[in-house]
Amino acid sequence: MTMNNQGRPSGAGEAFPAGIATISGDRGLDHEEPLIFELGHGASGVDFPDVKVADDRLGGMRRKDRIGLPGLSEPEVVRHYVRLSRMNYAIDSGLYPLGSCTMKHNPRLNEKMARLPGFGDLHPLAPQSATQGALELISQLMNWLTTLTGMPAVAMSPKAGAHGELCGLLAIRAAIASRGETRKRILVPESAHGTNPATAAFAGFTVDEVPAKPNGHVDAEALKAKLGPDVAAIMLTNPNTCGLFEGEVKEIADAVHAAGAYFYCDGANFNAIAGKVRPGDLGVDAMHINLHKTFSTPHGGGGPGAGPVVLSERLAPFAPIPLLVVDGKGLRLIEDVKAPPQGAKPFGRMCAFHGQMGMFVRALTYMLSHGRDGVRQASEDAVLSANYILASLKDVMSAPFGEGPCMHEALFDDSFLEGTGVTTLDFAKAMIDEGYHPMTMYFPLVVHGAMLIEPTESESKASLDCFIHVLHTLATEARAKQTERFAGAPHLAPRRRLDETAAARKPVLRYKPPQSFKEAAE
Amino acid sequence: MRYLPLTPDDRRAMLARIGAPDLDALFRDVPKAALAPLTAFDLPDTQGEMEVERTLSKLASRNVAAGAAPFFCGAGAYKHHVPSAVDHLIQRSEFLTSYTPYQPEIAQGTLQYLFEFQSQVALLTGMEVANASLYDGSTATAEAVLMAQRITKRGKAILSGGLHPHYAETVETVAGLFGPMVRGAVTPGTAEDLAALIDEETACVVVQSPDVFGLIRNLKPIAEAAHAKGALLIAVVTEVVSLGLLEPPGAQGADIVAAEGQSVGNGLNFGGPYVGLFATREKFLRQMPGRLCGETVDAEGRRGYVLTLSTREQHIRREKATSNICTNSGLCTLAFTIHLSLLGEEGLTRLARINHAKARALADRLATLPGVKVLTPAFFNEFTIELPRPAAPLVEALASKGVIAGVPASRLLPHDKSVQNLLILAATETNTDDDFAALTAALKEIL
Repeated sequence: MTMNNQGRPSGAGEAFPAGIATISGDRGLDHEEPLIFELGHGASGVDFPDVKVADDRLGGMRRKDRIGLPGLSEPEVVRHYVRLSRMNYAIDSGLYPLGSCTMKHNPRLNEKMARLPGFGDLHPLAPQSATQGALELISQLMNWLTTLTGMPAVAMSPKAGAHGELCGLLAIRAAIASRGETRKRILVPESAHGTNPATAAFAGFTVDEVPAKPNGHVDAEALKAKLGPDVAAIMLTNPNTCGLFEGEVKEIADAVHAAGAYFYCDGANFNAIAGKVRPGDLGVDAMHINLHKTFSTPHGGGGPGAGPVVLSERLAPFAPIPLLVVDGKGLRLIEDVKAPPQGAKPFGRMCAFHGQMGMFVRALTYMLSHGRDGVRQASEDAVLSANYILASLKDVMSAPFGEGPCMHEALFDDSFLEGTGVTTLDFAKAMIDEGYHPMTMYFPLVVHGAMLIEPTESESKASLDCFIHVLHTLATEARAKQTERFAGAPHLAPRRRLDETAAARKPVLRYKPPQSFKEAAE
Repeated sequence: MRYLPLTPDDRRAMLARIGAPDLDALFRDVPKAALAPLTAFDLPDTQGEMEVERTLSKLASRNVAAGAAPFFCGAGAYKHHVPSAVDHLIQRSEFLTSYTPYQPEIAQGTLQYLFEFQSQVALLTGMEVANASLYDGSTATAEAVLMAQRITKRGKAILSGGLHPHYAETVETVAGLFGPMVRGAVTPGTAEDLAALIDEETACVVVQSPDVFGLIRNLKPIAEAAHAKGALLIAVVTEVVSLGLLEPPGAQGADIVAAEGQSVGNGLNFGGPYVGLFATREKFLRQMPGRLCGETVDAEGRRGYVLTLSTREQHIRREKATSNICTNSGLCTLAFTIHLSLLGEEGLTRLARINHAKARALADRLATLPGVKVLTPAFFNEFTIELPRPAAPLVEALASKGVIAGVPASRLLPHDKSVQNLLILAATETNTDDDFAALTAALKEIL
């Protein structure tokens, strides 16, 4: 057995006799697990009486065929999903340095609060007199969001970041229409998240890309040159996706406003500046806040999130329904788009009901726990940790934008791998064998072979040091052309590299019972 | 602060390695004027877990939970019993605190349950393919209309008067940018004539069944009418438990199914997070929005799963993507999948029969009250009654008597005077005979 410099055993677990497979196909704690459909055998995990409905009132629309769902008892279902869970990497089990994704700790108090029956078991259309506590919670969260951002208003219903972008752009669209104008073009920097141009198109605009400067910042001069009477808005991420604060943001905002356009800020990276910088002071007109990033509602394998949008004075009247107001009886939701309160001109509705209440409870719990001082400290620690990584790795990995400082994420490109035969993908996959989730790869697009590392504020110094040691050693080995561990990595994960080309060429997107294969063959 | 591991000593040591004198030096790209002092934020400071829990519990106690009263609200969100195993399993750290499965080698857990989810949704709806979820039923419906507009290269959408008004408003807000949205007549308890509205400019007809008033619709004739004019049928389901007992939309000619999956595995949560189900025909696969999980093999030939066909998606295709969606309803899909696995074929069909039996029993009881008329002849677990007076104030009055009687139609259609006396009620397996007795007694008293 070999040991690394921190006294940890570093052998790959070669104890099992070479060339001998296990009888079960499982390997110790690593279990292979079939699909739930392949495990079904006509059992049931619930106990319901067998109620007959001979005289049904289904209007002749009763189902004729079986559905085809498998039947399993509770212990079988529990074991199946526990086994599946063990094939996942998670923040709770290790550092998760996905740049732009903000994989910070998810406090369990937040989960507990969201499950209080008064929130978790509350119907969205229960009489408003029976939901005053929920409305008060939303009102308090709105106060936190507007105070932290220095913006006068917030639309709460968007269900994720991209949905928030859509909400912001629809408010801009409505504001422009209310001036009797038509503006079709939206300026989007090439370093932007893919959701920005996609949302602009979704909202019926055309996209005009703004180049980045060699230093990773948006080219403010090029941006200003593109402004004109047909420009509706710019969509700018700040801090940007290279992990840099756009220092010229106020000048850009002024120029945008002078041209009669609006400033949409992608708030995906608000976690770098929350409690330190108020976007309202930077001339922002609309910005979504990913509650699942900055305010730590769990990512849950891809959602659910929440994307409330803060709005400037100029856009506030166009916020979508529902609107929350105070009247004689307490708090009240205005749900009628045709009868808005005085001065409001809502552009429509983003979704049924009132938004992601479950995420609101978690986010407010996070905020109350942190307090304004904790929110500020979290931002500072996130930035400190990213700079620590940048400073510790820049001698062996290539940082395209120099010495820093960066904000909450450290960006590297693949020039340090040039001539080694190791790609960004190989490098990232080798991290999996070392027990780490890879960083964000090949994004942002303005950097060749990008590797974007966001450690967040949740890591201890010891954890950061361990991570740095691993990456430093990997980079050193790659540069020395010791490339064995990179080729074909990962070797030690539940799966080796998966054939994504085959998956896309002949898509298999659902389970089909063997029977139907037989039928197809006949 | 209990969530922040760095100590003052750590911070000093880290700053020394960076070569920065203090934390502010790291924020030097931020214009000085834009740096706000802590006092600029009029908000409270850090609090311990106990204090925060006290504050939140107090807020929660001011709400009437569905389980705390005889309760009959539906209209797009339904109270069902969720087995204890579901919430326990979805809180496994490896599910709860993982990201979108972009690194499939270490995300097979998420990917396999997404594959199972897609399979279950396709089976339930009777469709060929399903995606890995959208935000909720309403946004799934809006995406379906946008997809139909792309496929047919037409703009007009016909929205049934029985479509949940929140869904209709969501569709109008988004898809209304690309063509006219025509609403069918509101005819509680009967099916309006939609075929007459379909013409050569129509991209799709959107029909909900059971509709917002609880009425079960026969989709077949509408599918035929739509297809005859080259339009698509989008079927909307807000109560998926109904699919345990009702003919699935896929068997009735639907081209796209958009559904709300909250009923299976997910709590009421005051309206979100929920889970949008989205299924269609294989021939429309490449026009689908949202993530898709597909089966493949790894370098050693072992079966595994990956996100696939991502050339439809925003992170690859940017402004040419089929949708802007990124984050979806991951953990809610897991809850759905686990609950449906526990139910199985037998459990789901029994659950559906119980729901129907409960609703039938409630309707029969209410029909005996003087002045009350049941308007919905064919329903699953939800129906509409006509009261002799406006329903909204009656519902408030009943709430003050401790009975949450249902959703007044006027809450959803505030400008439609013809529905102001209508009350939409749902009954599920969670309702007891005592609930029914409490509602009928309270209603009798105030009518």
